[in-house]
Amino acid sequence: MSKETPSQTVGPFYSIGMTRQPMNLMASASTQGERICIEGQVLDGDGVPIPDVMVEIWQANGYGRYNHPDDKQEKPLDKSFTGWGRSGTDAKCFYRFETIKPGPVPGNDGAVQAPHINVVIFARGMLVHAFTRIYFADEPANGDDAVLNSVKNKARRKTLLAQRGERDGKIVYRFDIRLQGGGETVFFDM
Amino acid sequence: MEIKTYNPRDWRSHPPYSFKDYGSSVKRGPLKKLLPLKQTLSEITGPLFSDIKLAPGENDLTRSADSGKEAMGERIIVVGRVLDEDDRPVPNTLIEIWQANAAGRYHHPVDQHNAPLDPNFSGAGRCVTNERGEYRYLTIKPGAYPWLNHSNAWRPAHIHLSFFGPAFVTRLVTQFFFPGDPLIPLDPIFNSVPTKAGRQRLMASYAHDVTEPEFALGYRFDVVLRGRQATPFEGPQ
Ligand SMILES: [Fe+2]
Repeated sequence: MSKETPSQTVGPFYSIGMTRQPMNLMASASTQGERICIEGQVLDGDGVPIPDVMVEIWQANGYGRYNHPDDKQEKPLDKSFTGWGRSGTDAKCFYRFETIKPGPVPGNDGAVQAPHINVVIFARGMLVHAFTRIYFADEPANGDDAVLNSVKNKARRKTLLAQRGERDGKIVYRFDIRLQGGGETVFFDM
Repeated sequence: MEIKTYNPRDWRSHPPYSFKDYGSSVKRGPLKKLLPLKQTLSEITGPLFSDIKLAPGENDLTRSADSGKEAMGERIIVVGRVLDEDDRPVPNTLIEIWQANAAGRYHHPVDQHNAPLDPNFSGAGRCVTNERGEYRYLTIKPGAYPWLNHSNAWRPAHIHLSFFGPAFVTRLVTQFFFPGDPLIPLDPIFNSVPTKAGRQRLMASYAHDVTEPEFALGYRFDVVLRGRQATPFEGPQ
């Protein structure tokens, strides 16, 4: 058995290799599902928004199916939607995705997971990426979600909830990520 | 739904979030214990980019995509295999590449190092592994460059690589280094890897069998991504 190659930081110049083209517009006109924008800042241990951070997301389509051969559910695939997106930050240190709200996907032991988006964070200064999840604060299914319920501290559980708002007639979910300190986001070992 | 999970992240292989010799790491990583998450369908799936079409020349950083003119510096050929922890090849997986030019300067507005930019070198490339997990690209050997982490700090020559693998949890971004570089033992980013064996896995090796006569030197850098956990029901292949 071989050992994993160690992770190293993306450094300050990752945009050359990873964000030259926008990869954060995930939904096209024909994509099925509720159109949403997800945005926020990634904050350091002093609460300062980080400019040189990159956020990647992976999600199921509007029916709750992943575009991947290991998802063998009967639900429809959506040819117009890969489920993957990547965002650097704008001048105000906001990352942003235009996507659709994912449908619920199966969990373990026959359970159903509440709609969620899988998140991985890279930055200058991060030697290893961090995994978290975005849930939707207004989603009634959250109460039965095994991963959310595994966060015993209710205040910490809230760090995984994106808050629904509206701007120019569009639905915008705000999801800030605090890498450390007060209100530190829940990160997963998965 | 029955799922086949991936091995846990091997924390003996990876640096810690906070490594005080690398100043920027100290405020930019979780201090609380990571919450264990039992993998679900969400973690064992991930982007595959199976219909990606690379433009010709994306695996050749030695020429400007616009003008076709040659970049300055020492041409090198980089080859390697992407494997999982059970030494199975990871086929058809996307690799993203970025690096400084031969003078140690990035084509990036934040890089203010007083070294020449090369108009024919963007420092960006992409390639995809073949069925055997092999990749190959052509580039210019990057230069060392200064940074402000500590007094007289220099990064050893390195190339950044990004890998996806078959699942959300197999994602990896790393850097590799060139043999014999005297700056390597002084580099806190390299030294953040907790074991000597782990640090060794960030070293490319000179590969004379890859070197092409009167053209370019060859280097080999193999990469290992997280493997899949064996299940008792898996039949012999
Ligand atoms: Fe670098």
